[in-house]
Amino acid sequence: MPRRLRRRYVAVKVESNGEVKKEDLFYAIWNNVLRLFGEYGASQTDLRLIEYSPEDNLAVIRCSHKSLPMVKASITCVTRIGRESAALHIQLVSGTLKSLKRKLSERIKKE
Amino acid sequence: MQRSRDAALKFFIDLHLCPSLESQKETELMIRKSAELGYKAVGVPLPIKNHKDLAKKISKICDEAGLDFISRIDLEPSNATELLRNLRLLRRKVEIISVKCMSKSVARQAAKDRRVDILSFSPLDVRKRFFDSAEAELASETNASLEIDMAPLLYLQGHRRIRLISKLREEVYIAKKHDVPIIISSGACELKLLRKPGDLSSLGYLFGLDPNDAEKALSENPKAIIERNRKKLSPNYVAPGIYVIRRGKDCPDG
Repeated sequence: MPRRLRRRYVAVKVESNGEVKKEDLFYAIWNNVLRLFGEYGASQTDLRLIEYSPEDNLAVIRCSHKSLPMVKASITCVTRIGRESAALHIQLVSGTLKSLKRKLSERIKKE
Repeated sequence: MQRSRDAALKFFIDLHLCPSLESQKETELMIRKSAELGYKAVGVPLPIKNHKDLAKKISKICDEAGLDFISRIDLEPSNATELLRNLRLLRRKVEIISVKCMSKSVARQAAKDRRVDILSFSPLDVRKRFFDSAEAELASETNASLEIDMAPLLYLQGHRRIRLISKLREEVYIAKKHDVPIIISSGACELKLLRKPGDLSSLGYLFGLDPNDAEKALSENPKAIIERNRKKLSPNYVAPGIYVIRRGKDCPDG
C-alpha cells in the first residue's frame, strides 16, 4: 500500500452563457468521465469539486495523480453545463492546493 | 513543471478554424478568442471563389488580434481528375492545401501528390476514413500530414464518438509507424468548441497520442508545413534547393 494517495488539483475556468451551479458543474465533468472511461475508470479518479467561485468563474477540482490525463480529457469534453452550452478551460495543475492558489495569484498579478 | 513552462513558450497553431465567413462579427470573435487562448497563428479555410478578397479581410482581423494568418483551401474533389485540376489552379495561390478525401481513389491520389499538404477525412462516417498502411506509406514519401479535428470529439456522443475514437487510435498508430506527421486542429465552427492548445493535447490521450507528440502536432508539425510553403511561395524560389539570393546591377552578367 502506498503511504498516501498522490493527488492533483486542477484550476478550471468556466465559460457559460447562463448561471452555473456548483452541482451542475460537478455533474457535467462527472458525466463526461463516465461516458469516456466508464464506471471502472471513474472509480479511479477520486474526483471532487473543492471550490467554485461564480464571481471569478473559477473552479478547483481534485483528482488522483494517476487519473489526471483522464480527468483533463473529460474536462475538455464538457460542452454543456445544466441546460446551457459551456466550455471549460484548464488553467493550472498543481500537487497541493496551497501551491495552486499561489500560482493562480501570481498569474493574476502578471495579467 | 518543466513541460508547462515549455508549453507557454511554444508557437501553437490552430490550422483549421472554421468560422462562418458570411458573418464578419463571428469571424472576428473566433479569431480574438483563439488569440486569447494562446494560439500564435490560425489557418482559416477559404472558399475557392474570391479567396483573395477574403484572405485580405481575415488577415487584417488577425493582425489586429496579434495572430499570424495562414491562408488555406480545403478541396473536396469527387474524383482524382478534379483533384489534379484544382491543385494546378490553386497550389501557388494559398499557403496550405488540404484535401478532404471522400473516396479511396481521391485519398490515394492526394497522398502521392507533393502539392497536397494535409489529408483529412470525414469525422462523421468512419467508413470513409481511408487512412490505412498503404495510404500512410504514400503520404510519408510526399510529406503529407494527417489532420485530426478535435471538435467532433466534443460534439459527437455515444456510438459515433466511440467509433471515431477507435478509428483515430488506429490511424495514429499507423501514422507513427510510417512517420507521417500528425496535425491536431480545433475544427471549431463555433466559439464554445474552441479550447486551449494544452486542452486539445490532453484529448490526444483518448486515442493514444502521448503529450509530447500531441504538443508537436499543435506546434512543430504545422509550423514546418507553413515555413516550407512560405519559402516556396516567395518570389525568390526557383525550384527545390534553388533560390535567388541577389538581384540587381551588382550581379555578374554571367
